[in-house]
Amino acid sequence: MSLSDLTYLLPELILLASAALVFLLDIVWIRRARAEATGVYPQARFLPYVALAGLAAALVGLIPSLGGTHQVATLLAVDPFSVFFKAFAICAVAIVTLTAVSYMPGRTRYGGEFYALLLVTGLAICLAVSASNLVMIYLSMEFLSITSYVLVGYIRNDRKSGEAAIKYFLFGASASAVMLYGMSLLYGATGTTDLGELAAAFSAKAPADLVWLGFPAIILLLAGFGFKASLVPFHQWAPDTYEGAPTPVTTFLSTASKATGFAILIRVFVVALGQMQGEWGALLMAVSMLTMTIGNLTALRQTNIKRLLAYSSIAQAGYILMGAAAISLNPGLTFSGINGVLIYLFAYLFTNAGAFAVIIAIEQATGKTDVKDYAGLVQRAPWLAGLLFIFLASLAGIPPTGGFMGKFFVFGAVVQRQLWILAAVGAVNSVVAAFYYLNVVRLMFFTPAEEVGPVRVAPSLQTALIVTAIVTLVLGLAPGPLIAWATNSVQLLALR
Amino acid sequence: MNSWILSVITFLPLLASILVLLPWARLFGWEKAREEFVIKRGSTLLSVVPLVLAAVLWITYDKTAGGFQFEVNVPWISALGINYHIAVDGLSIPMIFLTTLLTTLGLWYSSSTIKYRVREFFFLFSLLEMGMLGVFMSLDLVLFYFFWEVGLVPMYFLIGIWGQPKDRPQYSAIKFFLYTLAGSVFMLLAILGIYFNVGTFDMIKAAAAHPFAGDVLLSSLAFFAFFIAFAIKVPCWPFHTWLPDAHTAAPTAGSVILAGVLLKLGAYGIIRIILPIFPEAFKRYALVVVALGVISIIYGAFVSMAQWDLKRLIAYSSVSHMGYVLLGIGAAAFAIGTPAWVDASAMALNGAALQMFNHGIITGGLFFLVGMIYERVHLRDLKMFGGFSSKLPYYYGLFAVTAFASLGLPGLAGFWSEFFVFRGAFAIVSLWAAVGVLGVVLTAAYILWKIVQFVFLGEFDPHKIDHWTNVETGVVSHEPSDVAMFEKVTLWPLVAIMVFFGVYPTPILSFFNKAFTDLMTKLAGG
Repeated sequence: MSLSDLTYLLPELILLASAALVFLLDIVWIRRARAEATGVYPQARFLPYVALAGLAAALVGLIPSLGGTHQVATLLAVDPFSVFFKAFAICAVAIVTLTAVSYMPGRTRYGGEFYALLLVTGLAICLAVSASNLVMIYLSMEFLSITSYVLVGYIRNDRKSGEAAIKYFLFGASASAVMLYGMSLLYGATGTTDLGELAAAFSAKAPADLVWLGFPAIILLLAGFGFKASLVPFHQWAPDTYEGAPTPVTTFLSTASKATGFAILIRVFVVALGQMQGEWGALLMAVSMLTMTIGNLTALRQTNIKRLLAYSSIAQAGYILMGAAAISLNPGLTFSGINGVLIYLFAYLFTNAGAFAVIIAIEQATGKTDVKDYAGLVQRAPWLAGLLFIFLASLAGIPPTGGFMGKFFVFGAVVQRQLWILAAVGAVNSVVAAFYYLNVVRLMFFTPAEEVGPVRVAPSLQTALIVTAIVTLVLGLAPGPLIAWATNSVQLLALR
Repeated sequence: MNSWILSVITFLPLLASILVLLPWARLFGWEKAREEFVIKRGSTLLSVVPLVLAAVLWITYDKTAGGFQFEVNVPWISALGINYHIAVDGLSIPMIFLTTLLTTLGLWYSSSTIKYRVREFFFLFSLLEMGMLGVFMSLDLVLFYFFWEVGLVPMYFLIGIWGQPKDRPQYSAIKFFLYTLAGSVFMLLAILGIYFNVGTFDMIKAAAAHPFAGDVLLSSLAFFAFFIAFAIKVPCWPFHTWLPDAHTAAPTAGSVILAGVLLKLGAYGIIRIILPIFPEAFKRYALVVVALGVISIIYGAFVSMAQWDLKRLIAYSSVSHMGYVLLGIGAAAFAIGTPAWVDASAMALNGAALQMFNHGIITGGLFFLVGMIYERVHLRDLKMFGGFSSKLPYYYGLFAVTAFASLGLPGLAGFWSEFFVFRGAFAIVSLWAAVGVLGVVLTAAYILWKIVQFVFLGEFDPHKIDHWTNVETGVVSHEPSDVAMFEKVTLWPLVAIMVFFGVYPTPILSFFNKAFTDLMTKLAGG
């Protein structure tokens, strides 16, 4: 391992150092507060900003990794694809940190560790999206999962939080085990766990040899990746976990965690199993149609806003998967399927984070998370209502928002491959989804408020709201830079 | 001037809507009533600018040269070849004028009738104007789609917030939105299909490149994807069921814009997109379009006749009147490839486009008139009306002129559009046109019988309605108050246009004629 390898690992190292720093500062300040016998230590409010500074530094640390593909430390691949997802993860953790600043203090004593854990989870994602070896993929996904379990169950005296964590853990453990079995099948077939060597082995062997071992492996791997990306039928954990977890953690799960699932899915299927694109393409098509439909139909009946957004994010995973099902890697194409997934995920990050930020604001002000508590929001907090409308419109795919651009690219990839049934199912689902998104809008704008009183929003949350809203609109009006970045990021190590 | 006039027309309403949102009361220390006054009058004043510019467009458009003028074509999303490509021709300019006129009149009328949530109303109304104007100007398919969808959202809010509870505003709003969205999503797929077939999103280049030429399945799919999206908007039977609810529930100015402009977006889309880009597919299914148009005419007229709610009656009459537009367009499409029918098809298209304009003016006027009576008595039940001619003579005069224009009385604008549609359609699809003429009789029936007779003729019974609100003072009394000044200002421009274009339709017909003769010579001449 040479010095240049270390520069490629700068983001991970910086994240690790920041997490350690936050942990240390947390301990130092607790000790000092106990020594002064005050119990509460006011310096704790600096910890999130230390975390944010670390994240900014990690973002800068991505610069040496730009351009070209490199194999780092045998197990990791630093290529534009992984750089995209690392930047994605850092942005996601930053937004979640901002939204948690006002949310966590009242609910738990262990304030500082939360931000350190978030940083560590970000580190896990950075490792997972650049892993180029099946074992590394498994390890980093477990790393991500375990830290996520802790984050979900973070609020110790909230029974729902604990229940959510247990459900998430049990489901995740089973999914990982199944995925590992799939990986073992691939190892058994080829004698290697490196993605590049797997691809070489698959292209060397005759097709009949591949399918009987490759297809079961694909299905089993999909269990693990689908769990992270909340695809049907591996989605059952999502509603309870999203509802029970602290809302900033829900934001994180629905954006960054889901994106990791997609990143790994694309990397493994496209790089290692590229020969079997016909098979996994068809499978992904079926899963996508199921996911969209079940996610949307179940969301129609939800009365809790966090559960509603949970099912909505299951359906959104279905739309994103449409892009993965319609991958075309011919050079020079504007719609490669992968760039659709990237654009959609990026726009979805800001849209969903913004929507959850509004939910956090309402939850902080009123303590309630039922959909009917949003009645008449336009009278109590007109800007919050307007912002939530923008985010819901983006989720529904109405121009001029980033969500529409994501849908445009994903549908474009599907139409390019002439997958008419998938396109039709996606179109119908978009209309069905509009109903429950507009239901919230209807309550906010058309129905009178039951209690009238201002809704105070903390400054950190205001910052998060403004940033996510501006990015959502900018991505819809001037998507050129994002399109260029996403199209350029369709370069994966060892891709043939 | 060429390069900025269209952008100013489209985006000045956006600026107006953003200005409305600013917290003027807090900035200047005004109280609420003064702030509302500034918002109302300021919005109306700002909307006069696009109207004046639209008139400038009308006057300075070079009719002899024809084609697209005032063109702007700059890259927007260069990775996909999507450009900000806008221009106007003989079809769009009258539509743009119609939009700006109805918006200004709607804002003026609403300034005196909208009493609550004023800021949101004027914000949404100006935003809606931007969406509609953008659709009429776009020459890029994705830009068209953008403006199309942007126009949906403000209308949804307008129907839902200011609708009266007994008209089920929330139900009507979501029905309108989902129905139109369903059509648009499939239109998006067809737009992407065009891109993958000919490599461009530009309407002019796509028309020159003939996407899916020779492929029956794909061209039919693309045709129907576009046609159904536009048919929902027109609205064409059987995709019209959103319209009565949406029109009845919307506030007066909202109904005027919905009937006057939003319905035209669908017909405009058919003429602008489907006719040049998919001529073979359109010819293949032209009789379907003609049939649906004739069914809309007859069905709409019969259902109008059965209504007892005045606003719902006029809403259904829109279905019937837009049927003439579809008949004209369908007949012209059937004429594609037959050189003998070039003149007839151009005439049918002239009639269809003229009907679009006239219907906007006339039905806009009708909805304003219904709004006026609703403001006075807070009900629209025809059984409770009667004998208003003696108590509200000015109102009767205005209503009679508008109603006669609606039924196509010669001397008023409505006559020429129906005449040209039938004149053109008879030569091409004689049987269908003959059936369609029945619609004229039925229209006369429901207008004269249901509207004029039930509302105005007969004895005025003071026991039926004894509480009349004075729209200017808000005082409730037993005596009706006739048309107020602000209502006169709203209606006279429309009535003047109806009379002027009824006596002398050449200024507007010459606009359409050049555009459509060129188009049909290219298409019908083969």
